Amino acid sequence: MGKITGFLEIERKDRHYRPAEERVKHFREFVVPLPDEELKAQGARCMDCGIPYCHQGCPVNNIIPDWNDLVYNGNWREASEVLHSTNNFPEFTGRVCPAPCEASCTLNIDDSPVTIKTIECAIVDRAFSEGWIEPQIPKHRTGKTVAVVGSGPAGLAAAQQLARAGHRVHVFEKNAKMGGLLRYGIPDFKMEKHLIDRRLSQMQTEGVMFIGGIHVGIDKSVDDLLAEFDAVVLAGGAEAPRDLPVPGRDLDGVMYAMDFLPQQNRRVSNEPLGDIEEVSAEGKHVIVIGGGDTGSDCIGTSFRQGALSVTQLEIMPAPPEREDKALTWPDWPLKMRTSSSQAEGAERDFSVVTTAIRGEDGKVVAIECARCEGSEKGFAKIEGSDFELKADLVLLAMGFVSPVHEGMIDDLAVEKDQRGNVMANTEDYQTSCANVFACGDMRRGQSLVVWAIREGRQCARSVDEFLMGSTLLPR
Amino acid sequence: MTRQTGTPRAYGLPPEQGLYDPRNEHDACGIGFVVDIKGRKSHDIVSQGLQVLVNLTHRGAVGADPLEGDGAGILVQIPDAFFREVCDFELPEAGHYGVLNIFLPKDPDIRVLCENMLERYAVSEGQRVLGWRDVPVDRTGIGESVLAVEPVIRQMFIARDPSLPDQDAFERKLFVIRKQAAIESRKINHREAGMLYITTSSSRVVCYKGMLLAEQIGSYFKDLTDPRFSSALALVHQRFSTNTFPAWSLAHPFRLICHNGEINTARGNVNWMAARGKALKSDVLGEDLKKLWPLIADGVSDSASFDNALELLVAGGYPLSHAMMMLIPEAWDNNPLMDPAQKAFYEYHAALMEPWDGPAAVAFTDGRQIGATLDRNGLRPARYIVTDDDRVILASEAGTLPVPEERIRQKWRLQPGKMLLIDTEKGEIVSDEALKAEIAASKPYGKWVADSQLKISDLPPAMPPMKPNRTTMLDMQQVFGYTQEDLKFLMEPMAETGAEAIGSMGNDTPIPALSSKGKPLYNYFKQLFAQVTNPPIDPIREELVMSLTSFIGPRPNLLGLGGGAHLKLEVSQPILTNEDLERIRHIEDVPTNDFHAQTLDVTFPRQEGPQGMARRIGALQREAQDCVERGENIIILSDRAVDMDRVPVPAALATSAVHHHLVRNGLRTSVGLVVETGEAREVHHFCVLAGYGAEAINPWLAFETLTDMHPGIAPDEEKRLHKNYIKAVGKGILKVMSKMGISTYQSYCGAQIFDAVGLSSSFVATYFPGTHTRIEGVGLDVLSAETVERHRLAYEDVPIYRNALDVGGDYAFRIRGDAHVWTPETIGLLQHAVRGDAQDKYREYARIINDQSKQLLTPRGLFDIHLAEEPVPLEEVEPATEIVKRFSTGAMSFGSISREAHTTLAIAMNRIGGKSNTGEGGEEPERFVRMANGDSERSAIKQIASGRFGVTAEYLVNSDMMQIKMAQGAKPGEGGQLPGHKVDKVIARVRHSTPGVGLISPPPHHDIYSIEDLAQLIYDLKNVNPTGDVSVKLVSEVGVGVVAAGVSKAKADHVTISGYEGGTGASPLTSIKHAGSPWEIGLAETQQALVLNRLRGRIAVQVDGGLRTGRDVIVGALLGADEFGFATAPLIAAGCIMMRKCHLNTCPVGVATQDPELRKKFQGAPEHVINYFFFVAEEVRELMAAMGVRTIDELIGRTDLLDKKQAIEHWKARGLDFSRLFHRPQVGPDVAVRNTEEQNHDIYEILDRELITQATPALESGTPVQIEMPIRNMNRTTGAMLSGEVAKRYGHAGLPEDSISVKFRGTAGQSFGAFLARGVSFELCGDGNDYVGKGLSGGRIAIYPDPASQIVPEQSIIIGNTVMYGAIAGECYFRGVGGERFCVRNSGATAVVEGVGDHGCEYMTGGIVLVIGPTGRNFAAGMSGGIAYVLDERGDFDRRCNAEMVDLGPVDPADLAPEGDDLSDHLRHDASRIRMLLERHVHYTNSARARSLLKDLDGTLSKIVKVTPRDYARALNELRAEEAATAEAGALPGGDD
Repeated sequence: MGKITGFLEIERKDRHYRPAEERVKHFREFVVPLPDEELKAQGARCMDCGIPYCHQGCPVNNIIPDWNDLVYNGNWREASEVLHSTNNFPEFTGRVCPAPCEASCTLNIDDSPVTIKTIECAIVDRAFSEGWIEPQIPKHRTGKTVAVVGSGPAGLAAAQQLARAGHRVHVFEKNAKMGGLLRYGIPDFKMEKHLIDRRLSQMQTEGVMFIGGIHVGIDKSVDDLLAEFDAVVLAGGAEAPRDLPVPGRDLDGVMYAMDFLPQQNRRVSNEPLGDIEEVSAEGKHVIVIGGGDTGSDCIGTSFRQGALSVTQLEIMPAPPEREDKALTWPDWPLKMRTSSSQAEGAERDFSVVTTAIRGEDGKVVAIECARCEGSEKGFAKIEGSDFELKADLVLLAMGFVSPVHEGMIDDLAVEKDQRGNVMANTEDYQTSCANVFACGDMRRGQSLVVWAIREGRQCARSVDEFLMGSTLLPR
Repeated sequence: MTRQTGTPRAYGLPPEQGLYDPRNEHDACGIGFVVDIKGRKSHDIVSQGLQVLVNLTHRGAVGADPLEGDGAGILVQIPDAFFREVCDFELPEAGHYGVLNIFLPKDPDIRVLCENMLERYAVSEGQRVLGWRDVPVDRTGIGESVLAVEPVIRQMFIARDPSLPDQDAFERKLFVIRKQAAIESRKINHREAGMLYITTSSSRVVCYKGMLLAEQIGSYFKDLTDPRFSSALALVHQRFSTNTFPAWSLAHPFRLICHNGEINTARGNVNWMAARGKALKSDVLGEDLKKLWPLIADGVSDSASFDNALELLVAGGYPLSHAMMMLIPEAWDNNPLMDPAQKAFYEYHAALMEPWDGPAAVAFTDGRQIGATLDRNGLRPARYIVTDDDRVILASEAGTLPVPEERIRQKWRLQPGKMLLIDTEKGEIVSDEALKAEIAASKPYGKWVADSQLKISDLPPAMPPMKPNRTTMLDMQQVFGYTQEDLKFLMEPMAETGAEAIGSMGNDTPIPALSSKGKPLYNYFKQLFAQVTNPPIDPIREELVMSLTSFIGPRPNLLGLGGGAHLKLEVSQPILTNEDLERIRHIEDVPTNDFHAQTLDVTFPRQEGPQGMARRIGALQREAQDCVERGENIIILSDRAVDMDRVPVPAALATSAVHHHLVRNGLRTSVGLVVETGEAREVHHFCVLAGYGAEAINPWLAFETLTDMHPGIAPDEEKRLHKNYIKAVGKGILKVMSKMGISTYQSYCGAQIFDAVGLSSSFVATYFPGTHTRIEGVGLDVLSAETVERHRLAYEDVPIYRNALDVGGDYAFRIRGDAHVWTPETIGLLQHAVRGDAQDKYREYARIINDQSKQLLTPRGLFDIHLAEEPVPLEEVEPATEIVKRFSTGAMSFGSISREAHTTLAIAMNRIGGKSNTGEGGEEPERFVRMANGDSERSAIKQIASGRFGVTAEYLVNSDMMQIKMAQGAKPGEGGQLPGHKVDKVIARVRHSTPGVGLISPPPHHDIYSIEDLAQLIYDLKNVNPTGDVSVKLVSEVGVGVVAAGVSKAKADHVTISGYEGGTGASPLTSIKHAGSPWEIGLAETQQALVLNRLRGRIAVQVDGGLRTGRDVIVGALLGADEFGFATAPLIAAGCIMMRKCHLNTCPVGVATQDPELRKKFQGAPEHVINYFFFVAEEVRELMAAMGVRTIDELIGRTDLLDKKQAIEHWKARGLDFSRLFHRPQVGPDVAVRNTEEQNHDIYEILDRELITQATPALESGTPVQIEMPIRNMNRTTGAMLSGEVAKRYGHAGLPEDSISVKFRGTAGQSFGAFLARGVSFELCGDGNDYVGKGLSGGRIAIYPDPASQIVPEQSIIIGNTVMYGAIAGECYFRGVGGERFCVRNSGATAVVEGVGDHGCEYMTGGIVLVIGPTGRNFAAGMSGGIAYVLDERGDFDRRCNAEMVDLGPVDPADLAPEGDDLSDHLRHDASRIRMLLERHVHYTNSARARSLLKDLDGTLSKIVKVTPRDYARALNELRAEEAATAEAGALPGGDD
């Protein structure tokens, strides 16, 4: 339980970043891990709360107090076991999760939560380097087959759980390599891709068959899929991006973030770019529209490509610097956060609505904006507040509206919810088609990696129960 | 008082109904006897007996009908001369005829039937019936409810057959006749057959008793006032029972005894007596023995059972006093002062008979000898005097019979475990020493013990099996349901520290029957604990009375008088190591003993599935029986055979099933039962096993687990861990036993001190017979299915169990763990709601808590509230501002929570008209004054807990309600400890203690060992503050309703029923989880018992312990509550986040901490708390509107508006049946079902009214007054009301010394000078009773004997027990010896006394005590502050003192204080201080003893031992250093740098 008075004696210390001027020169990770001794000390700060709010704050319900204590006591191997008992891929969440656990940490009432994410990452990195991560090959095979469509965190988590339960699992991925947004969306400087390969290797031994380059619904019909497999898990993500319907949208140099980011990831991985138009931010003034994580990834990528300037626009007003803890804790608060990419030199502006994009010769040169007021329900431009920003590249990072319906979803004719997501509840993850399940963003809409893992795990349990009548997989 | 007599009632106790069970009835009382030592018979003795009875009236109680007493009676020698004159038939010479005094049915037919039957038995036993006599009665003034059930009383005379050798043989025959008739009468199927009751059947004594008031005995039974009616002895008893049901037979005396107190172990004792059945043989009784069975009838009181057992022993040939020593032995185990022969006597008999344990003053007589004895801990009072005309008068208190002082030769008291015996045939008083020495020397007990005793260590060493590998271990742990928390929270701390870990903030997980996790069977059993009717014990500070000794193997024949060769295997404590178990398994390898051990396998084949369990149990029972019948004498029930194919039967089930099977077949005492189980791991598990018959337990897997947790551990270290673990279990068992007031393992074993919650009654009746079960629930099918499932999961390849145990989630919230009510979500919502004044968020919070359709957490979650077809408009419902007045916050002490949190709650409750509660530990007097902004931080409810910290007259008068905390939800039956580091300066000030010195709260209130004691404390409090209500806080458990009825009769205005869920305080984990029951059960039982007894109207009922929402309030009201207490929820509203770290002082939100830095983090505000209560009230209103009800009053007790939810799907919940909770007693419309009237407190015609009148000049203008008046034992609590008046006007500071001086003459009643305020001085010429100077608040008391008396003061008792309990300040001088527990919990008063009993200065935290005479044992136990000086003339004080916390040292005669020193430094100036105290003692009491000591002061000082608590000395030195440092810093010249 950590050290009883640890939180009173030890100050919070977290990983730091390499300096911006140094890190923007490459695409590698730049987070500097904490030394073991410091990690132990940070683990000692955990109070082993009677109600561990972190445990609930974490979507996969990581048993955080337990592994904090194990790290404090130097019992790394057991910490890794406890960590993996709730999370298939802590090396992913240890890097890219926004850590709602830390927001809900009791010590966050005083703004000094336990460095949970850092400890998580250290545990799994160490487990890999020590060779403690081994495939868990099932003792018996069930003879049942499951197709998982999509190889993002939801699909992978579902696949790993199902394989461990003894089913024959095929993962279908439209891209060449597995990982979905993990591989093609998240830049390498936030998470290097060999981490995915390492996991895939484990899963392969556990019995997962990875089939890349097959776009279900296009390259392979859903009827074939249903005929070949006892169950199908839809984990294809929510990839239909939100558009910006303003004049000049079709100008050259205006593009979705998800047309921009994957190129760079492929470049880093020496993967062929394929039949697309290459785009680089080098020497350009870049405007990123959308203030979320994808926007930040665009910023960091642009700086690394050599952008002259990067400006990020957000339609929502600037959140408060500090949340009202009394009314938010232990929930995830809305507050001003600065990502590492933003800290690399981006300009940020809030309450800005884009009214038009101006071009010359079919190429973008500027965007026209205005101040706005309102809320998510609707924003109104403030008259007379118009201004213009110079732009050579406009990246649209305003989120995703739903899964792509064309192809697989339409062909399956599964029921959808109001937002266009595949409809299934979180009890059994079953869609309106008898043996078809859905999880991750495809079911819940765009969300975090950690939610995808949770859904993949829980969905796997439901599939197992569906196939076998009972299940031993945990929820 | 309203007389509620409109509802007719049947004879005796009502039948079991709803939650009411007549088995739970209790009683307690006053006892007394008068005897002529020389055996001279006179009518005077009888009259005096009756007078003693009348003067004990205040110890009894009256029921709903003021003309209805609880019962009283008198037992005398057969008045031969009188009978000769009044009988219309010829009587043989005295001693040759016997009299059966009989209660007979009224119905003439059935009466004749009974009479014929009696005659038939008399004849068949070879005796001759002489005739019948109607006992003449006078019904004037007898209550009509009593007359309604009055029996016909007749006496049957039987002549002794000449063939009988002697009168003893005739007595045995009369006993056998009576017994057979009683047994047969129970078989008669007639509603009045139960009225047949024979009070006595003897040729020596006859008993007159009935459901009468004390003063009615003499008038009702005309015989008793007839001058011809004479006896040399009279034994009397006045009863105070917890019920108001007129049951004539329950009155005492019984045939041999009358009893004041309670036999806590009665259940086990009765079981063991039954178990002896077949094994008993008696040369004296011969074949008649068989006719006596069943010896103890079902459902008789503990006292009656005791009487039955004693009768058997006496009939079996034991002398009366010998038999008494067997049943109520002294605490001999750990007594270094006891004579070895006597010790051998007790040790020998320990194997014969388990102690009948509990607070007991038992007076007994066989008509020739009369005597009395006290329990081992001296928990009941008994005082006696010897007069110069050879009379002995003994009673529960002094002064019951006014005897001119000059005729008194001796005044003394019964001491713990001691006996007083008067032999009227020999005409002498036999002293305890002489009596016991004679009995101990009568047989070679020492040799017998040495010859028959075998200890485990005497057995040859054996090889324990090796621990299996980790994977195998893990599977086994999983089979037995081990969780990660078991290892982390329970076992590891036990092994590391030798004690169980502490937790906080109660329990919010479901009862096992509602849990979706399969719970160990143990968890269905809730530990019972003592409240009100008997005291819990402090197993640490009063260790000398505790014993874990257990005997394994057959018990010798109880009636075998010859002694001899019964071998017994003795263990010093019941937990066996793996090696010990192997030694026992191979015990027959020792050629010199007769032991044979047989191991029985309690596992069954997996493939048989759940059905296999029942089959295995049946087979086990047969195998066990076979074992015993073929002569095996130790059975080891073992689950070692567990593996992938074999499933273990839960150990408790196997144990109880075998134990009860053997009991039923009369074989149990022929064999020892040892349990070898992998299942038991925590204290509670061992307790359940012990409670159902295990004489010793080997938790093999627990040991292996401990070893496994420390890979590569060195053998020595391993041994240390195992030893610590055993030690912790032992301590834990002692704690659990002591909670119920049981002091020996032998009596605990088989005593079944549990309440089954959520088990089906048929299952319990089959396997755990005699255990209470209240709400039905799961049976063998569910339990076996769970066991098989657990086994399956353990051996299947379940991912989460592959490398790890189940998480548990009982002690902390965990995913996949047990469900909790308080979750991040519910706490977040509640806090956001109250801080943002957002009712919608509250609604969401309430919805989640109320809607338990997915996860059932509480019994009430299963209830449906009936909604009306036509709701009433919301605006017509009682407003929220009225509803919140029924709310109060829970008792959380300033000390356990921060000042900020404490005052926030107080301000909030004062603003809304509710009540906040001080909790234990006083309140800063500044808070009694209203704040500038109109707010008030004064807590309306002032708690009076066992520690009495800060309980001054001032504290009490500044209250609207005074709450006596009998038990607290988190740890009922236990005391507490505030460690020294938590006692900062502020806390120390309000608690009147020293900063840095730890404070101990004793488990019991030392002035409440029994129900009539509670009545006395209520009376005390009511005197100090007549306008305040008195509340009694109880914790829900089986029988709480009956206790509540007693509380109502004891005239409390208010009773709180607390559920076990609640509880914010720090407490051992075992207690948080396993003691007490949900409030729904306790509240429903309380309502039913109060209504049945027609006592509900006079008392307000509050429920608390886990109330969270408006729906909870509605359910509470429907089950019978007028008021509602909340603790955790408002604390959460004020910022608590359920860290459960209260005991660690590290609360990160400043709620439960005294750390100044952490306290700064407190964010709560009164508004938050107020918002919460209004949200709750609004929810209540909305529900009421939907129910069609306008006021709370209309809801109270309306269980017909509740129903069990039908919709809920929960495989275990299906068995639950709440119909008993929903039962409404059938009473007439005149019987109140809610609080409708005021208690009638007898505080009007009392001495204090006169004192106050006479003291008016002093009270109003400070003019000193002197008063003189006589006093009697009926004048109780003298001075308290006067002190309340002083405190109201002048606070704790009081008046100048001697402003009000009063001189009394006579014997004062209990609580003389209680809470006496500063400025009041009492002088008493005569003697005092118990509780003199209780809560002394600055006044002075001096008591000295009447100079006319012949007694030697320093050898005579002058005051009773528990004197100066909780004294805060003031002085007392007693010229004479005090009783037990002198100055217990003294916080700051000074006392001089000429001798004290056991446990002197116990738990003292301040003040000065000078004892210039002998002390009893266990002096200074738990003493953490203050100092004591003891004159040690015999030089054995070090053996009488409990030196655990104190140092003993000499007094330096040269240690004199400089002139003018105020002697306030307790570390020095002893010589001056002692001199001053002696001089004052002489001054105030004219003590000859003190005068002679002063004469040779240096010689005196050389014999005085100074007792200094170690912590106290350390803290004082620290304070001194600190002051010196401050002084130095202040003295630094300025501007020097």
